Amino acid sequence: MTLPLAPLAGGCRDVPVLKQRGQHEVFCGLTGIIWLHRKIQDAFFLVVGSRTCAHLLQSAAGVMIFAQPRFGTAILEETDLAGLADAQAELEREVDRLLSRRGDIRQLFLVGSCPSEVIKLDLARAAERLSAKHAPKVRVLNYSGSGIETTFTEGEDACLAAMVPALPQTDRRQLLLVGALPDVVEDQALDLLMNLGIEDIAVLPARHADSGLALGSNTVFALTQPFLGGTHAALERRGARHIPAPFPFGEEGTTAWLQAVAREFGVDQARFDAVTTAPRARAKKAVAQAAARLTGKSIFFFPDSQLEIPLARFLTRECGMTAIEVGAPYIHRAIVGLDLDLLGHGPTISEGQDVDLQLDRCRAAQPDLTVCGLGLANPLEAEGLPTKWAIELVFTPVHFYEQAGDLAGLFSRPLHRRAALRLEAAE
Amino acid sequence: MKLSVWTYEGPPHVGALRVATAMKGLHYVLHAPQGDTYADLLFTMIERRNHRPPVTYTTFQARDLGADTAMLFKTACQNAYDRFQPQAMIVGASCTAELIQDDPGGMAETMGLPCPVIALDLPSYQRKENFGADETLFQLVRALAKPMTRSAHVTCNLIGPTALGFRHRDDITELTGLLSDMGIGVNVCAPYGATPHDLTQLGAAHFNVLMYPETGEAACRWMERELAQPYTKVVPIGVGATRDFADEIAAIIGRPVALDESRLRLPWYSSSVDSTYLTGKRVFIFGDGTHVATAARIARDEMGFEVAGIGCYNREQARMIRALAKDYGVEALISDDYLDVEERIEQLAPEMILGTQMERHIGKRLGIPCAVISAPVHVQDFPARYSPQMGIEGANVIFDTWVHPLVMGLEEHLLTMFRDDFEFHDAAGPSHHGGYAMSVPADIPQPIHAQVGELDTAPVDAATAQVIWLADAERELKKIPFFVRGKARRNTETFAAQKGLNEIGLETLYEAKAHYAR
Repeated sequence: MTLPLAPLAGGCRDVPVLKQRGQHEVFCGLTGIIWLHRKIQDAFFLVVGSRTCAHLLQSAAGVMIFAQPRFGTAILEETDLAGLADAQAELEREVDRLLSRRGDIRQLFLVGSCPSEVIKLDLARAAERLSAKHAPKVRVLNYSGSGIETTFTEGEDACLAAMVPALPQTDRRQLLLVGALPDVVEDQALDLLMNLGIEDIAVLPARHADSGLALGSNTVFALTQPFLGGTHAALERRGARHIPAPFPFGEEGTTAWLQAVAREFGVDQARFDAVTTAPRARAKKAVAQAAARLTGKSIFFFPDSQLEIPLARFLTRECGMTAIEVGAPYIHRAIVGLDLDLLGHGPTISEGQDVDLQLDRCRAAQPDLTVCGLGLANPLEAEGLPTKWAIELVFTPVHFYEQAGDLAGLFSRPLHRRAALRLEAAE
Repeated sequence: MKLSVWTYEGPPHVGALRVATAMKGLHYVLHAPQGDTYADLLFTMIERRNHRPPVTYTTFQARDLGADTAMLFKTACQNAYDRFQPQAMIVGASCTAELIQDDPGGMAETMGLPCPVIALDLPSYQRKENFGADETLFQLVRALAKPMTRSAHVTCNLIGPTALGFRHRDDITELTGLLSDMGIGVNVCAPYGATPHDLTQLGAAHFNVLMYPETGEAACRWMERELAQPYTKVVPIGVGATRDFADEIAAIIGRPVALDESRLRLPWYSSSVDSTYLTGKRVFIFGDGTHVATAARIARDEMGFEVAGIGCYNREQARMIRALAKDYGVEALISDDYLDVEERIEQLAPEMILGTQMERHIGKRLGIPCAVISAPVHVQDFPARYSPQMGIEGANVIFDTWVHPLVMGLEEHLLTMFRDDFEFHDAAGPSHHGGYAMSVPADIPQPIHAQVGELDTAPVDAATAQVIWLADAERELKKIPFFVRGKARRNTETFAAQKGLNEIGLETLYEAKAHYAR
């Protein structure tokens, strides 16, 4: 088994990080519900919050709201703020009504928000009480997706971390894949791992409550998403062991990730090559086609999802881009350390945000492509700076070999469009 | 607590954002946690604005609570002033900041910033978006406007258009032209496009045009009292309303005014024989009070529809809509719960819905043609083309908009009638998104009747679910136009249940038809 990628001389692991406080232009963790409820098919996510929370969810969910969604908001009213005692009773009433209407629900998440956290509504206790009341049919769990505690994808982390303590115990030697991936990507990952001869694989989150997911001290886990710090800690508390690896973006990232897992399971080199050679070649070819437009171009990342560091690694190493600044809402070194090693010296690594100061840096640098949220994208385009909106990277299948070309394509498309449009006269 | 999946209105601070974003030279400092910046993308994406909304969010986090949120707010205020140099600022709290009681107004006052700072008190747990917009404009006008000499020529102010307003951009253009034809200039249009300095000049106008009561009424009332400016009560949407609006202005300024109708086409289009099939079409109308009231009049008097039901989601207009419903002999629905609206639509089984983005989806689900008349709307209702609702061109736009889905509906129906034709088949999708796909994806839960390939997705109530449709009746039912099929199905089942029948054959279908004949 060859060693995985060696750290680049002068990688970014020990580069001082730029930290600023100020206005953050990011989503809160409630947004995670939008993709989690599609993934966990028998779960309902009940946010306890304000009209703002409901408004955020519908703004983010777009048209999904109309397909009998499995999420909603229990909107706090004045009476709930007046006295805490009856907030529990109110919640119980709403949950009873919900569960009687929706017999298909097996897991109910009570999701905390800023308002519910500020008034110290004890949702953990509510979840315990409701769990006892609705057992064995429905399990009620609690996590916080509030903006004061979580940023965007950290909502998924909080949700998965809340599930871990309740999972049954097993001494099986198994591999646990952690992170909600699009079904098509998850299936590809499972196929690759099975072809390598790894038999016993489970996925967190499982698609159903009765999936038989269990864990213990013989479980090793690999993360497919970089934003799972809390889940990582919760799994280690249950005795599971983490397999550190770069994240499976692009050909190189996917190969390094698979190699880390293969080494853990003692897969021999010949078998590894037999399984990966063809998809590696496919991925390389697809990336090369999409990356033609990206080579030599500079990129600037505003913080959004914690995917920024692995993606910057992919774009600089496999697509020939130069990173100017890589901003992440939070940097978890035990998790993205290997990606930082592989990211060549040069870019500013920033954590957190003062959006006005960061915009000043972005304008001064005039990057060829800026990765940012939808609140900044059109304003920057109007200033002449091409953008790629970041949220798409969370919703679109981008991991592993077969999506490597699509991933590069997401970044090359805005540049392609810029080149294709002849609108000078219209301006 | 109230379980909500979808809301017609955002929280009140979003209303304040709509006013701030509509204006220039004004900055809003909002005491809010991380994440509340989601509202920015309503403006940058749905309205496609090319600049960030002029708002600074303090972005407090859990670790700041109980410690220095007040300091954080002051720093944010100072930084916002230093960076943007606004002519005036508004400060306020979002729903979470309301709970930590930092008093943004009081804090900003002690800072001695060199521009007017207006505090907003927006109760997040009682009121909603429209109130927030109305209250914000009112506070701005109250702080900045003052009595002054009237302009030499007759001018008026346009009051109420905001950012994220349904067709506000083009309504302003249309009204400005219409007033100009009458020899009346626009002094200030606010908040849309106005600066705080412009607001100090409001007093020069002879009267106010209240374009949208939802977002401008409080300011107009105040100006009527404090600046002695009368304001218009008629909202000029539709032909009759536009003519009444002209008469109202003539009365206000004490001289006759001419309305130029040379480009008005709705009356002739509506009179032409092609429109005969519109007669008596049953429409259900839902949205904000102003657009519902104007749409009801157009529907009945200018299109020849039958108004089957009306309602609004903003309780500020509930009284007006209830009174109007009496006029039309229908029951008003005042609710902000879309499930109530869906239920009412199912119960009335109208042939067309005029509503919001949500009713568009309800229409899609039930297979009822729908046109959008009111916010909340999606990105397609902030069009690139000129498409006002108000005035002369507004009437033309409305005729086209409302008839379009119906024509499409007929086309759809013809295609369905000839479904067994060799060139049409079930797998061919609909001709228009206003209908519904003939081949429903497998992952959508199907109602009971889908087993027999029925397109009707109307829910079956438990009392009649026991009735079995025989094949011949089922076939006959499919020949009934889809937009009344749901009603026919339910009527027939109710009729059969009353007669104690548990099977429906051809005979029963036609007996029921005769029984319910209007």
